[in-house]
Amino acid sequence: MPACASCHGDSGGGNAEGGFPRLSGLAEDYLAHELDSFADGSRDHEIMGPIAQGLAPEERRALAVFYAGLRAPPPDGTPQPDDTAYDRGRMLAQTGEWTKALPACAQCHGPAGQGVGAAFPPLAGQPAAYLAAQLSAWKAGTRHNDPLGLMKGIADRLSDDDATAVAAYYAALPVTAIGGGR
Amino acid sequence: MNLMTRFTGRSAARLALATAMGGLAVLTPLGSVGAETTAPPFVPQPDSAISDDDFGQVIRLGERIFRDTGAEARAFVGNDLRCTNCHLDRGRLGHSAPLWAAYLVYPAYRAKNRHVNTFAERLQGCFRYSMNGKAPPLGDPVLVALETYAAFLAHGAPVGMKLPGQGYPKLAKPKGLDLAHGREVYAAKCALCHGGDGAGQASPDGTIVFPPLWGARSYNWGAGMSSVVNAAGFIKANMPLSQGNSLTDAEAWDVAAYIDSRERPQDPRFTGDLAATRKAHHDSPYDFYGQAVDGVTLGEGAPPAGTVPH
Repeated sequence: MPACASCHGDSGGGNAEGGFPRLSGLAEDYLAHELDSFADGSRDHEIMGPIAQGLAPEERRALAVFYAGLRAPPPDGTPQPDDTAYDRGRMLAQTGEWTKALPACAQCHGPAGQGVGAAFPPLAGQPAAYLAAQLSAWKAGTRHNDPLGLMKGIADRLSDDDATAVAAYYAALPVTAIGGGR
Repeated sequence: MNLMTRFTGRSAARLALATAMGGLAVLTPLGSVGAETTAPPFVPQPDSAISDDDFGQVIRLGERIFRDTGAEARAFVGNDLRCTNCHLDRGRLGHSAPLWAAYLVYPAYRAKNRHVNTFAERLQGCFRYSMNGKAPPLGDPVLVALETYAAFLAHGAPVGMKLPGQGYPKLAKPKGLDLAHGREVYAAKCALCHGGDGAGQASPDGTIVFPPLWGARSYNWGAGMSSVVNAAGFIKANMPLSQGNSLTDAEAWDVAAYIDSRERPQDPRFTGDLAATRKAHHDSPYDFYGQAVDGVTLGEGAPPAGTVPH
């Protein structure tokens, strides 16, 4: 079994280039739910699936406790999106597009993408490639572990360009806004 | 004239037309959401139409107050709600009491206070009841900005008629309200965001993200949303957020009844006599004020009305 740190970084800060998400400071119950989802297939992932299946339930919980308690420094050198994509991403994130029944991301994930509780993880500072991949996984149905199927409905209404734009917007937001980064 | 009367007339006309043409009439259930959604709601002009001058500045201020009410109108807000919690998409969305429709309804006679209300007076009511705060005086910059923002949104909408999407949908009246069922629906569909205790949820830095639905930080017993009729219509059309119209009418009624049968801040019109206040302002089977629910007489131990920060 490879060490989590080999992809997610020494203190769980993630890796923007590889698209590996930040784990540091995320809610314990969220992290535990995701590991359980990788194990039971409701979050289908070729790397994380076998890893999670190889962990006992109490080991998955222990990892969630560990990473929830870590405080990784903010990532460096996050690429800034170009102006057009940024404006579109910000609009979707902060205002939504109600003619398509799309609420603002901020209405559940917090005004600065800092996350709310165990069900709505922080988006700020997560790698753009990671965020875009999640939207596409919900759309494709390979990730279906979201409460009430909320993200499936949202992802279905986003075009590929919109998903890219909103992912770039959140990737560029400062991670200091995340609760865990306090 | 209420919405139901209006759409009864329209459905009857449609039936007559279809019959005359020899076609099969498809009856829309009277008073249902379906009847109201046949015409698409008005779409207000985009933010980009806000002029870059002193007038536009006031529109923008109104929009900010609407979004971030506690911060932008602090002296008048006594709870953790924002205008946008009940008027979704910054007052733009049909079937969510859109601001463009409300603006055009006033001046209007209101049974609630038995006189003709201007739009500004109506806005005062929002602060007094829904925001559990205190009414900004007429002419206050907060009211002026909100009214200007509302006028901006109403630009181009027809005056003098009921607009599709005005207010909240009026659901067909239920046979009864089932609070036990409402509690189940709440746990399954609402608690995720609003919390099992209805207190809402904040992000780790303390920003309220999901509004409280009852308790000391929510709307008070005088608010329109404390009527199960309004809450059921709002919930049916808009909740869970992004999944509007996914609940059955019975689920919307019962969960609205569950939410509106929990304790919340006192009605500012409370005279000290619960029964008399109920009779004067809450005399409806869709209003739980003064009623005993789960061993609590609602309104008896209510948190105070009008709690604004000092």
